[in-house]
Amino acid sequence: MKMQGWGRYSSLDAQVLVPSFNFECKEFIKNRVLITRGLGRSYGDSSLSPIILETSRLNHFISFNHKTGLISCQAGVSIHDILDLVVPKGWFVPVTSGTSYVTLGGAIASDVHGKNHHIRGSFSQHVISFDLLLGSGEKVTVTPSGMPDLFKATCGGMGLTGIILSATFQLIPIQSSSISQRTLRANSLEEACELFEANALSTYSVAWIDCMAKGRQMGRSLLMLGEHSINGGLDLGGQPMKSLPIDMPTWVLNPYSIKAFNFLYFHRSFFSDQKTDLPYRPYFYPLDAINNWNRLYGKNGFIQYQFVVPKAVGVSGLKHILDVISKSNKGSFLAVLKVFGKRNENYLSFPMEGYSLALDFKMESGIVELVKRLDSMILEMGGKVYLTKDALMSEQMFKSTYPQWQIFEEVRAKYGAIGRFASNQSRRLGLQ
Amino acid sequence: MKKILIIGATSAIAENAARIWAKAGCSLFLVARSQERLDVISKDLIVRGAVGIDRFCMDLTQFDQQDAMLNAAYAFLGEIDVALIAHGTLSNQAACESSPQITLQEISVNALSVISLLTVLANRFEERKSGMIAVISSVAGDRGRQSNYVYGSAKAMVSAFTSGLRQRLAKSNIRVLTVKPGFVDTPMTKEFTKGPLWAKPQTVARQIVEACNSKGGILYTPRFWWAIMAIIKLIPETVFMIIKL
Repeated sequence: MKMQGWGRYSSLDAQVLVPSFNFECKEFIKNRVLITRGLGRSYGDSSLSPIILETSRLNHFISFNHKTGLISCQAGVSIHDILDLVVPKGWFVPVTSGTSYVTLGGAIASDVHGKNHHIRGSFSQHVISFDLLLGSGEKVTVTPSGMPDLFKATCGGMGLTGIILSATFQLIPIQSSSISQRTLRANSLEEACELFEANALSTYSVAWIDCMAKGRQMGRSLLMLGEHSINGGLDLGGQPMKSLPIDMPTWVLNPYSIKAFNFLYFHRSFFSDQKTDLPYRPYFYPLDAINNWNRLYGKNGFIQYQFVVPKAVGVSGLKHILDVISKSNKGSFLAVLKVFGKRNENYLSFPMEGYSLALDFKMESGIVELVKRLDSMILEMGGKVYLTKDALMSEQMFKSTYPQWQIFEEVRAKYGAIGRFASNQSRRLGLQ
Repeated sequence: MKKILIIGATSAIAENAARIWAKAGCSLFLVARSQERLDVISKDLIVRGAVGIDRFCMDLTQFDQQDAMLNAAYAFLGEIDVALIAHGTLSNQAACESSPQITLQEISVNALSVISLLTVLANRFEERKSGMIAVISSVAGDRGRQSNYVYGSAKAMVSAFTSGLRQRLAKSNIRVLTVKPGFVDTPMTKEFTKGPLWAKPQTVARQIVEACNSKGGILYTPRFWWAIMAIIKLIPETVFMIIKL
């Protein structure tokens, strides 16, 4: 069966195993080398391998305490389904990725971050415990204090330590399902970064950035701040899902159409400071409204590229990178800037204190070279690239920018994961 | 708050229907072979909002246990508003052709156990004069085809039986719904290559629950299967002999 990453650039013909119940997984992994896949939202090849174990049917809830907000579910339950259940009861996920179609297992394996990283860190920091199926077929319950090494290797570990079967985590209370959003306009990158600093106490903050703008306008952005509203009740707010029936012809997105989009988007509001209340779905998951928005980039797919550089590199370093991107004319119309808070102790988790930029590049000639060039700049600046989005990173780049990879491998060896769990990505990055 | 009996509760379609009923705050009595699976599903349905849940573990071809199961269901639920019969296996046609035992076993699971259960259930419903019975048959029962006529003939028996039962029980204000799913992407069909005709069990389950709340006796799900089967039934025998289906 042909399987692809969400970017549709990486693909392969794979055997897909779909257990219906957690207790069946032990049989499925016998004598096989495989990788676990949830809803296939990682962009590159981290959920691809000749044998894939898909968790889509392991989507059973186990318990939910309405009073304490503690929830346990199997790994295949999506954030979307969790929110459907808990929002009407006055709870919300503590950290969410930019799509709700991520499974709980995927959220842990990618240690996803959200617009509140500077306040709440990444997803694993709210995980109380999880059950992990080791390569030996043994099931272990992992907690941050009980098995710290396995916890730190599995959170952000891209499914390479075992199969996450279920997890318990802490929700946060909300009084309303709406988000109060404030949009601030920044005319340059300096201004955008200053606005991030000035609004560091805002729960959610993220900036859409026009990466096609050059010169003095370089880095002009819209900073979007959000707080859970206290008005408006706990309705889910229905939002019918639309699909793109076919791949968009590849010529539709070109430098001119993207420039036009970015110009209009930047100038969409007349006021430089605008406030609105909106339901949580369009706020957190604008792209979820289109079932398969990844077809927007045409049949050749796209590369999603997200990196973080340390704060010390500063605006000048970021400008240097933006300069290369805008001059390449390969810019995307979905570029997102975020200031991260402190890193956690997981060996391969992505976020660290600094500036993070995420971009889409439609796959075409010149993109691989551009990405290589950006990789080397980021390496030099002491930054790194997000494994969940990566499709092209070299082994040398990975091992230099994720220096704890050796500890990660030691933990994998200790718990019998080597030679049992592997993805095309892990092979490319030189993990055993 | 509805009271619902589900036979074959661990099947993907039945489980997804149960989730919709659980969210609506129904009470459910689940019947299936595997205790382990029933335990997982029961917990899930309680989290999703089911008001009460009990379960019964049995092999439906053990006909003599069916009474005990129904007694337990009535003891737990009091009355039954909806009974969904969803158990079954997808027969391996080649294996059936090579062995009368396997063929009869498939007929027993997919037809006889359903007929036996419906016979008892119909009388209980008839006494109360309300409620509905939904039975999962299949489009395969509309015309026997070389690729799966053993499964198809078992389902044809279920379709014919429920048709007659529908007519009989209509006089007692009881609805009988024959559900005919097309290709559904479930563990039962994991060996098949999936194309555009395949539906998700969630979609089929939603249409079944909607049909339970409305009118009509036969549900093709997804609905376009009505047209496909209408054409297949119209193919003349002479042509049918030379094509593969």
